[in-house]
Amino acid sequence: KKPVIDPKLADYRGVWVFVEQEEGVVHPVSWELLGRARILATSLGVEVAAVVFGANDETVDKITGQAISYGAEKVYQVVDPALCDYRSDPYTDCLVNLVKKYKPEILLLGATSLSRDLASSVATILETGLTADCTELTIDVENRSLEATRPTFGGSLLCTILTLNYRPQMATARPGVLPIPLPEPDRKGVIIREPMRIDEEKLITKVLGFIPDPCKVAERLSTAEIVVGGGRGIKQPGHFSLLRELADLLGGEVGGTRPVVQAGWLDTERQIGQTGKTIRPKVYIAVGISGAIQHRVGIEKAGMIVAINNDPNAPIFDYADLGIVGDFLEIIPALIRVLKKKRAA
Amino acid sequence: MHAVILVKQVPDSSQIRVHPQTGTIMRQGVPAILNPYDVYALEEALQLKDKYGAFLTALSMGPLQAENALRKALSYGVDEAFLLSDRSFAGSDTLATSYALAAALRKIDSYRKIDIVFTGKQTIDGDTGQVGPGVARRLGFQLLSYVLEIKHIDFEKKTILVHRKSERGIQIVASKIPCLITVFERKRPIRYASLPNMIRAARAPVKIWNRVDAGIEELSKIGLKGSPTVVGKVFAPQNSRGPAERLEGRSPEEICSLLVEKIFEKFPEVEKKLS
Ligand SMILES: Cc1cc2nc3c(=O)[nH]c(=O)nc-3n(C[C@H](O)[C@H](O)[C@H](O)COP(=O)(O)OP(=O)(O)OC[C@H]3O[C@@H](n4cnc5c(N)ncnc54)[C@H](O)[C@@H]3O)c2cc1C
Ligand SMILES: Cc1cc2nc3c(=O)[nH]c(=O)nc-3n(C[C@H](O)[C@H](O)[C@H](O)COP(=O)(O)OP(=O)(O)OC[C@H]3O[C@@H](n4cnc5c(N)ncnc54)[C@H](O)[C@@H]3O)c2cc1C
Repeated sequence: KKPVIDPKLADYRGVWVFVEQEEGVVHPVSWELLGRARILATSLGVEVAAVVFGANDETVDKITGQAISYGAEKVYQVVDPALCDYRSDPYTDCLVNLVKKYKPEILLLGATSLSRDLASSVATILETGLTADCTELTIDVENRSLEATRPTFGGSLLCTILTLNYRPQMATARPGVLPIPLPEPDRKGVIIREPMRIDEEKLITKVLGFIPDPCKVAERLSTAEIVVGGGRGIKQPGHFSLLRELADLLGGEVGGTRPVVQAGWLDTERQIGQTGKTIRPKVYIAVGISGAIQHRVGIEKAGMIVAINNDPNAPIFDYADLGIVGDFLEIIPALIRVLKKKRAA
Repeated sequence: MHAVILVKQVPDSSQIRVHPQTGTIMRQGVPAILNPYDVYALEEALQLKDKYGAFLTALSMGPLQAENALRKALSYGVDEAFLLSDRSFAGSDTLATSYALAAALRKIDSYRKIDIVFTGKQTIDGDTGQVGPGVARRLGFQLLSYVLEIKHIDFEKKTILVHRKSERGIQIVASKIPCLITVFERKRPIRYASLPNMIRAARAPVKIWNRVDAGIEELSKIGLKGSPTVVGKVFAPQNSRGPAERLEGRSPEEICSLLVEKIFEKFPEVEKKLS
């Protein structure tokens, strides 16, 4: 049956993306979302807008320029010293106020720790629906509704969730799943600087400091062109040095499955899959990995998947492009030798 | 000092199978467990009991069987447990769930003032991580999400210092009690349940509250009615590749040369990067 849309929802127009930044560095999921937002906005015949918060003009203007080049036609800015580090209260207040004033029909954020905190807070105050951790976002043009698709039951099924009678329709998207659009530096956009009165005295929570992750593992893994993944078939933590050597030769990174992370063989940040990272390298080499659905959902977007496993019936071979049946202790050293020979040639 | 831990009973998703032909979930015989992420929240609360003698309450919303999750919490040393169970809660999304939980928390708070609410980072079924922040907003508690460590609490001054996980590092945050903390997973697992606590858990009553007990009057805010999200279609993901082309040869070198050729053929830029 066709749902009846409340006429007062018709006031809500436009697709918004909250651009997430920490210390002036934008999380790439924001650009991934702007790319998709443009497609959604085109099918709805509306504008794409970005929302940028920050402590000073310099940061906010720089990010605004980037947002426009990635497809924002309008940018709503809020600049205030209180917005320096992420804090739930002032960020929520600012975003709620903007939404109430300008009424977007769709509001998208990244499924990161920062934006999940913000999105849930905003959706609760606005009393609207929020679909979490989406891997696909499309529009049902007939009733102008957002179809937000997310994996369920560990990725074995997908389900599409709608927010029919509430606006804005909100969703968070899993980083690394949607492609980043090509930036076009010549694009022009309208900038709206929204004054907000934030009283620092009234804010209860204070950020006293920030300890940056020195190795930026998450960032490196998500942008790596080659990723070598290790699973329980590696047998010993020491064997990861082989995978690291292979990855280094190819200028890539090492990741792995949940069991090896839980065994403490690999950093938590390097877990790939449903409860870890989604990666989109050109080549993913799965070594000693059985191919459980919870792992596969994190590697689906790879350009090519190579599986190395000594069990010819391992499920991973049904989901890979190229497969080698063999003991990784024979295959990986041979692969390293071949690559070294190529490099020397 | 009073802390409430929100716990959810979930199907053990490692044991869920999808029917190969129909693509439907085969739930039969899948055991229900205490959400693994809530166990970290429990441990965090138990440490407040060790250090400050905090009184601990566990609260869950779900069907009557969810009593098992609460008994598990009692066996670790939680003092009191409430199960919020009512037909009218069926079909709740995160907005409706946080509404009902917040109502029950207000009721609990009226008997015994709550200082801290703990939740897991997310569940393994709904997996949204939205309920904790939603509850904090509804109660007007300070929201401290993805907390890695509680560094210090001063109950006199009502201040709390935590380290919380952000995408690019660790934020050091000072805040005030009452607050809601969503607990990030830890390296160390939970303690063992002690024998006296296990015996007590088997006997201790779990208080069961229905909608009215929790003081919820507005039916439009709970269950399907109070849930803006609607589940549309459910379908199996497509497998766009495979079965894999098997590379064979007389020696590992021969096989690997073939592999390298295939990779470089498709991605010449990878060859250029060889360092
Ligand atoms: C809620 C939930 C969330 C999860 N999230 C994730 C997640 O994010 N990421 C994730 O990866 N998993 C996740 N899992 C776990 C997942 O279900 C699987 O258990 C896991 O991916 C299996 O890891 P594995 O392939 O390393 O180990 P195994 O399944 O044990 O596979 C090991 C493989 O190594 C092969 N092997 C053994 N010896 C050799 C050798 N000498 N040479 C070559 N191959 C060899 C074996 O044939 C086997 O196929 C999750 C599970 C649950 C329940
Ligand atoms: C496959 C699937 C997909 C879903 N997708 C969405 C969606 O995108 N958006 C949406 O709004 N709803 C969604 N739902 C509904 C949602 O799962 C329910 O609202 C559920 O009651 C709570 O959400 P959660 O499991 O995601 O909990 P989370 O928000 O992940 O839980 C975080 C913490 O809150 C506490 N908590 C959560 N639920 C309870 C409870 N019942 N009792 C006590 N404490 C609790 C626990 O401490 C938990 O660790 C989905 C449900 C399913 C089964």
